[in-house]
Amino acid sequence: MRAVITVVGKDSVGILAKVSAKCSESNVNVHDVTQSVLEDMFCMIMITDITNINKSFGDFSAEMDALGKDMGLSIHVMHETIFNSMHRI
Amino acid sequence: MINTHEILETITMIQDEHLDIRTVTMGISLLDCMDADIDKACDKVYNKIVNTAKNLVPVCNEIETELGIPIINKRISVTPIGIIASACKDQNPVKFALTLEKAAQTVGVNFIGGYSALVQKGFAGADLELIKSIPEALAVTDHVCSSVNIGSTKAGINMDAVALMGKIVKECAEKTADRQCIGAAKLVVFCNAPDDNPFMAGAFHGVGEPDVVINVGVSGPGVVRSALAKHSEGLDLTGVAELIKRTAFKITRMGQLVAQEASKRLGYPFGIVDLSLAPTPAIGDSVAYILEEIGLECCGSCGTTAALAMLNDAVKKGGVMASSRVGGLSGAFIPVTEDAGMIHAATIGALSIEKLEAMTAVCSVGLDMINIPGDTTAEVISALIADEAAIGMVNSKTTAVRVIPAIGKDVGDELDFGGLLGNGPVMKISKYSPAKFISRGGQIPAPMQSLKN
Repeated sequence: MRAVITVVGKDSVGILAKVSAKCSESNVNVHDVTQSVLEDMFCMIMITDITNINKSFGDFSAEMDALGKDMGLSIHVMHETIFNSMHRI
Repeated sequence: MINTHEILETITMIQDEHLDIRTVTMGISLLDCMDADIDKACDKVYNKIVNTAKNLVPVCNEIETELGIPIINKRISVTPIGIIASACKDQNPVKFALTLEKAAQTVGVNFIGGYSALVQKGFAGADLELIKSIPEALAVTDHVCSSVNIGSTKAGINMDAVALMGKIVKECAEKTADRQCIGAAKLVVFCNAPDDNPFMAGAFHGVGEPDVVINVGVSGPGVVRSALAKHSEGLDLTGVAELIKRTAFKITRMGQLVAQEASKRLGYPFGIVDLSLAPTPAIGDSVAYILEEIGLECCGSCGTTAALAMLNDAVKKGGVMASSRVGGLSGAFIPVTEDAGMIHAATIGALSIEKLEAMTAVCSVGLDMINIPGDTTAEVISALIADEAAIGMVNSKTTAVRVIPAIGKDVGDELDFGGLLGNGPVMKISKYSPAKFISRGGQIPAPMQSLKN
């Protein structure tokens, strides 16, 4: 099972580190990262494997949300199914 | 492998363009709760609803978190109480409304629909008592919704019921005059009412439905409008229809996914996805704005009916491929007070009730959430219901009337219901009397269109 983490907000030091640290702490494996910085706007999309996640998906999502709030960013975690169902027949 | 563009498109739709699942509605049959003793029947109704729907809200919240898509309403529809109350005639059916209210509060749903009667060909069982009790039932409850089906293509129009409903609508408003006449906003008068509609206030669980079923209504006018704003420059109308179709497909896929998940996790069969564009008063989430994006200066201008017909058709064509089972109302909704663009058009006088009536001939519902002057007579309301029902009957489609007589107010004043029901101006309605026509009663016979066998 995979989840997509999106991070959007003002660029600062350590965004990738903090988000991936939270993944590691939750036993979530990062498969792929796409990131871009346009002027000072940071945008990152992370594809992760949540098969062996050590907490509930809801808790993981809430923790990421809280981390985003701490850092002044918007962080969303969503199941990959929603993207597949919308864009693939 | 999904790509960045697709991920961002989905996230933009949800965060900026108001894409959401408007409702997950659990249909529950109450046929096994009938009892000659109304108190026993109410106990059975309460227990069945609470036991069946106890996980509805938590499961929807769980799906919402995991998929990241908001599910705005969790609702319940039940077998028309007119049928259930038939076993305990001559007892006050409002007891059922209070039971539904209590059950809705216990399980935490936003609305419960089914304080209803199906009388298209005549009154049976407790239908008449139930209809007469609607104003009180809606005044003493907050979450209960009511509907009455007074006509169908197969049966014609029950004009005795139409005459009665004019009075009932008015009484609903009068009894809740201190609360913005909200009673009338929770009552829908239908022609060709669908059995599996997940949307309120008209949802009920038809008698041909399974014991319990999960129906889902999608939304997304904001997404369609935004797709048109971004990509429709230079397209002819064939291209515009194609663009709407593609967008509707994506919206409906969300509904299908949520419906399947909800059905799996709750352990009840998936019924239908209702392919509707349901507006909200939020700026940008408006069907009127879509019509304006297509090329009208203001919703209500000449061309509105044609643009709406195209929109309605394209939504269905896109949606039908995206879902394994489609039903309910399926089409564009045009509730005036729930749609920022319609509110604006009605306020500046660009949109009239007569134009709205024409629009209902080509979209999924009827005259919906329209405030009319408080001194409108019951006969005028009945005749408005008859006109709308005639459009539905002849065109083999669902039509409905949900008008709110604004007691003590007149054209130019406003009613504000708050939340999804929104707010809007009191609109002008013809005052010429149809009293003699309405007082004739009887049945408008089923049209030739009914003879399909």
